[in-house]
Amino acid sequence: MKNIQNIGLGLFLTGLAIFISLIFLGKYELTPKLFDEIISQKGIESELFINDLNENVVGKEFSSPFSFSSKITSAVKNANTIHEEKKEWHKKIWSKPHSFVYEIAKQAGTGVIKENKWLFWWLTFGLSILGALLYIIPNVIILGPPGIKNNGIYHKAATNRGWIGWSAFVFLVSFYLLLYFRPDYIVNWSYIVDPISLNLSGHLASQWFLYGFLYCTVMIVMAVRMYIKYRHNKYQILRTTSVLFFQIVFAFLIPEILVRFEKPWYDFKNAFPLDYDFFYSWNLNQLIDSGGLGLFILIWGIILTLVVVPIMVYFFGKRWYCSWVCGCGGLAETLGDPYRQLSDKSLNAWKLERWLVHGVLVFVLIMTGFTLYSYFSGAQMVIGIKTQTIQDIYGLLIGSFFAGVIGTGFYPIFGNRVWCRFGCPLAAYLGIVQRFKSRFRITTNGGQCISCGNCSTYCEQGIDVRAYAQKGENIIRASCVGCGICSAVCPRGVLKLENGPEEGRINPTDILLGNDVNLMDLVNRK
Amino acid sequence: MEHIVIIGNGISGVTAARHIRKLSDKKITIVSSETDYFFSRTALMYVYMGHMKFEHTQPYENWFWKKNNIELKKGYIKTVDSKNKILHFAKGKTLLYDKLIIATGSKPNKFGWPGQDLKGVMGMYHKQDLENLEKYAPNNKVCKRAVIVGGGLIGIEMAEMLHSRHIPVTFLVRENSFWNGVLPEQESAMINKEIIENGIDLRLSTNLKEIISDENGQVKSVIIDGTNEEIPCHVVGLTAGVSPNIDFLKNSDIELGRGVIVNRFLETNIPDIYAIGDCAEQKKGINQRKPIEAVWYTGRMMGETIAQTICGNHIQYNPGHWFNSAKFFDIEYQTYGWVWAQPKDNEARFYWESEKKCIHINYDKNTRQFIGINNFGLRMRHEFFDRVLKEKRSIDYVLEHLADANFNPEFYKLHEKDIVAKFNKENNTYIQLKKKSWKRIFKTS
Repeated sequence: MKNIQNIGLGLFLTGLAIFISLIFLGKYELTPKLFDEIISQKGIESELFINDLNENVVGKEFSSPFSFSSKITSAVKNANTIHEEKKEWHKKIWSKPHSFVYEIAKQAGTGVIKENKWLFWWLTFGLSILGALLYIIPNVIILGPPGIKNNGIYHKAATNRGWIGWSAFVFLVSFYLLLYFRPDYIVNWSYIVDPISLNLSGHLASQWFLYGFLYCTVMIVMAVRMYIKYRHNKYQILRTTSVLFFQIVFAFLIPEILVRFEKPWYDFKNAFPLDYDFFYSWNLNQLIDSGGLGLFILIWGIILTLVVVPIMVYFFGKRWYCSWVCGCGGLAETLGDPYRQLSDKSLNAWKLERWLVHGVLVFVLIMTGFTLYSYFSGAQMVIGIKTQTIQDIYGLLIGSFFAGVIGTGFYPIFGNRVWCRFGCPLAAYLGIVQRFKSRFRITTNGGQCISCGNCSTYCEQGIDVRAYAQKGENIIRASCVGCGICSAVCPRGVLKLENGPEEGRINPTDILLGNDVNLMDLVNRK
Repeated sequence: MEHIVIIGNGISGVTAARHIRKLSDKKITIVSSETDYFFSRTALMYVYMGHMKFEHTQPYENWFWKKNNIELKKGYIKTVDSKNKILHFAKGKTLLYDKLIIATGSKPNKFGWPGQDLKGVMGMYHKQDLENLEKYAPNNKVCKRAVIVGGGLIGIEMAEMLHSRHIPVTFLVRENSFWNGVLPEQESAMINKEIIENGIDLRLSTNLKEIISDENGQVKSVIIDGTNEEIPCHVVGLTAGVSPNIDFLKNSDIELGRGVIVNRFLETNIPDIYAIGDCAEQKKGINQRKPIEAVWYTGRMMGETIAQTICGNHIQYNPGHWFNSAKFFDIEYQTYGWVWAQPKDNEARFYWESEKKCIHINYDKNTRQFIGINNFGLRMRHEFFDRVLKEKRSIDYVLEHLADANFNPEFYKLHEKDIVAKFNKENNTYIQLKKKSWKRIFKTS
């Protein structure tokens, strides 16, 4: 079994190495014909930009995306600087420079990868998937009889912030930085998923299609790991299946198929304010222009946030979304599961959590207020602040950095729910409902707690579960996503996720069950 | 300001301190020779297994003690001068107290085996035991085999620990079936099977004769009593029970039996000196409990109780209905009420089993009053059983409402129907299983 695992690990690392090396392969040549098409397609009127490219880029062959990109982005910046000085707004290129280069490079690329897309898919995705499964599946035997087997988690470099963890951290952060801010460097990655994208949506792959496909693939492979690790636990099996379903179908297949029918790309489960640009003017306009379906999406999106979400949280707690439906939660519970124990359980972390996550919620609500005011009034500014500016700031700081680079990139060092715990405005909203108006609790089984701390250690939300359990109190915490792992790892059967009556849900205890102190005496003395 | 000194920073002492602090502003000092901070010794096994780090065994962050004004002192107390209310440390310092709570817990039993003090021989109770195990059994190359002596809960936990590092284990159990002094034979047989299924070399009806040393004073092998079989090994775990850790009190005026003798108010024979937890010995066992209760839960309860007395509410230690829990490799165990290894004259039994799961119910054959339940492999609700025991319900009532007692995670297979059907068949009864009711489960009395 160890040999099979080592072979699997070798294949996985080979696939990963090839995947990374793709960045450096291939060539880019912007032909005059292609450049003319782009100019007319994009409606570029900047003669400065056109001349700059004709002089420095067109007709030349570049052997790396980096030099190709730097030439074009500097041309964009130079031209825009001058046009801004002269207030020639119609000549300014409004696309983000690197996204703009991505679109050019997508068409300008040549070489072995572009001509052998399926081959390279197999050499990267195929090999990595095969290797990962060969590594994971022998655990059916290696782990022994079904049951909790967290053996060695704190002895391993991969799961206890060792060199493997830090390497994974660097890789993930780098990946997200490239994805969000340098898509033009990873054009080769998008080539290998072009055939799949064409089949689904009829379009070549964007970096977001690449991300969506990669996301689903990783979730499926790591879900196999979850099924094996928790094969004795029906709740975990069902929960894992649920997040897989919602990610693959609702967040990936349906939106891509909608695009094929020239409808808006929309994830029907993605609720505002997590879907923070739902009320942006371009999105509202797009929905309104899309006829009946667009109108349906607009109404559904509003109902989802204002009606469906609080009602579901009332009956089931926040978990229905964060642990059964949400894509971020889905990745956290599959790829992130090996890192769940790295969340910080300290009181200081809890304080930071409450300030940050509620701060983001306030931020997004104010931004949306500005957005809607601008939309309906036609004003570009509110209280002297440009709506576009506040949207850009939120999109950059929260939408990209926090949710992506930090939220997932930080898995190997800070645990798998950094975004959900510290940054997600929807989680903050769900959490407020869960804390104050919900039937959900994690019931503590009377006095059975032995304070071992497994529940706290494996809580991905950094809740000190033991602090409640050892007092016989139910765990009701705004941030709890109801993953059920505290119940699973508890060796004494102390914890159970329940949707009981609201009354008595929060049960502070002076004396633990099992100690027959005469409470009437205590009450009378107080 | 009255000064309360607590010797021992285990669950009993810390619970007492926490509750005294909540109820008063007295000066509190906790003395320990083992560690700087309180830790959950029930979690030590998970540190060795790699499930946790040692810091995770500490229920309170280190700032907790200063914030709550509880002073922590590290040191070994050599003598207690109860006349002058002075504690003398081994290193010469002294500490004055107004009231003293002895909460020094247990220590592993040693029965005079030759070689029992060699390197590589240890119990599994203190943090130092954990450190020793890490030193002598870091992997299966340094330690090619370990032998565990003793057939109780600590023994099987130690076996699980070593198993997690793939170290072969030979488990010497004096009884002819694991823990059959406590468990009925069916449950004991189930656990025997679980032990063997996990690859442990289980030797029933087997005793240790001697531990053999190599030239460096390190364990080399053990000799089995009777057969004189020699088993090469590098580590020996002595887990044949624990006894009160009270050697430092031998020369004091405090009355001692096997533990510190206390009355129902947890008072010793010396005024202002109390004893709680594993080291306390009731003059008379309470409600069929043993005089010495070396259980996490009772230690916690005594801490709660003594805090009331210290703070002016003089109350008896009055534990309610017995409960306990454990885990045998992958099989969880809970017990509520009493299920003896052998039924008493007035008791009848009902047993149900299904692949690594079972329940065993003890009830009065005349009045049909429910007496207790063992459940293995499935979780039951403590509140439910505490209530039915208080209300002296019948076994029929318990089975009728078994759905309320289910504490397994959601979506797990339900076994209540099978259980009730078997009971009805065996006893010619017509008990109808009621649907689970949130109102009944969470009713506040």
